[in-house]
Amino acid sequence: MLRNPRREMEMPGPLTVSALLERLDVNPESVLVIQGETLVTRDARLSDTDVVEIRPVTSGGAT
Amino acid sequence: MKCRVCRKPAVLDIRRHNAAFCRDHFLKHCAEQVRRAIKDHDMIRAGERVVVAVSGGKDSLALWDLLVDLGYRPDGLYLGLGIGEYSEASGHAARAFAHDRGLKLHEVDLATDLGYDIPRAAAATHRAPCGACGLSKRHLFNAVAVEHGYDVVATGHNLDDEAAVLLGNVLRWETGYLGRQQPVLPATPGFARKVKPLYRLGERETAAYCVLRGLDYQVEECPMAEGNRHLGFKEVLDSLEDRSPGAKAAFVFGFVDRAHEYFSDDAGAEREGLRECAVCGSPTTSDVCAFCRLRERVGTRAEHSQ
Repeated sequence: MLRNPRREMEMPGPLTVSALLERLDVNPESVLVIQGETLVTRDARLSDTDVVEIRPVTSGGAT
Repeated sequence: MKCRVCRKPAVLDIRRHNAAFCRDHFLKHCAEQVRRAIKDHDMIRAGERVVVAVSGGKDSLALWDLLVDLGYRPDGLYLGLGIGEYSEASGHAARAFAHDRGLKLHEVDLATDLGYDIPRAAAATHRAPCGACGLSKRHLFNAVAVEHGYDVVATGHNLDDEAAVLLGNVLRWETGYLGRQQPVLPATPGFARKVKPLYRLGERETAAYCVLRGLDYQVEECPMAEGNRHLGFKEVLDSLEDRSPGAKAAFVFGFVDRAHEYFSDDAGAEREGLRECAVCGSPTTSDVCAFCRLRERVGTRAEHSQ
């Protein structure tokens, strides 16, 4: 699942988090990858059945 | 990846530190960065009363949680901006956090207490909503702090915020703003001390802190901020950081440690020109402060109101 805007998509595994972000053209510096109640690092391998949330962390309001 | 400290499986890598951490050591890393920021800049002294500006987002809730964890007992201050469902969810997150921990939360609702909200202010001024929002926050956070006798206002500005603001100020050579861009703005007559204890943590770290601590923050972005200049600066800086890890920290920490002093006279000159706003009494460089001018344009100005 991707946030802001919220959308869901499926990707064939296995692949690393790093490869997933690259395929989605997402800068790893701007997101967290969440699996359940914890986070996964870029080298983690995801299988076909794994579900992860890619959550942007960039806030851009008034300062 | 393994935790740099204990070699257990890591949950987050921080490339600028060339390190990864397990949950427990990442949380300790965050607390250490905040403790160091407070100590290095003498942000909070023993016995002082602190109020945290709480938006319900990741930064302010992480800050509130970290300050409590470090032994402070800060109260919170939430400002209802009137931005539809976004504000409703933000307020809920702030109230739930305070309620669950028995912490005090002050609330000011722009529509109820001051007769306007951010969408209305943006429409009346024909300017970007973030301008009216930032102005309202700066004025009201300080006004409430002064009214309730707080010594310190703590805000959730993180390393990415500071880097983006610094980039914007440098691109325009806003020397007065550069002179005021510090982790601490000292208290002056009419102003509480303003501190930014998260300035050593990136927003990826503050978001990770919330997830790993189970803090239910407002994840959605403000719909009125979409496409603003600040976000554009952050995108550029994230791209730089991806190519050159540590670029943001070097930019901000280098400015704070080695360059800020060259601009402090410009900020000092502005401070010397401060006088009381003819309407609300707040310190200002004009006859009427920017907040009261905003309220006048929105049509809700009241004499000697907040």
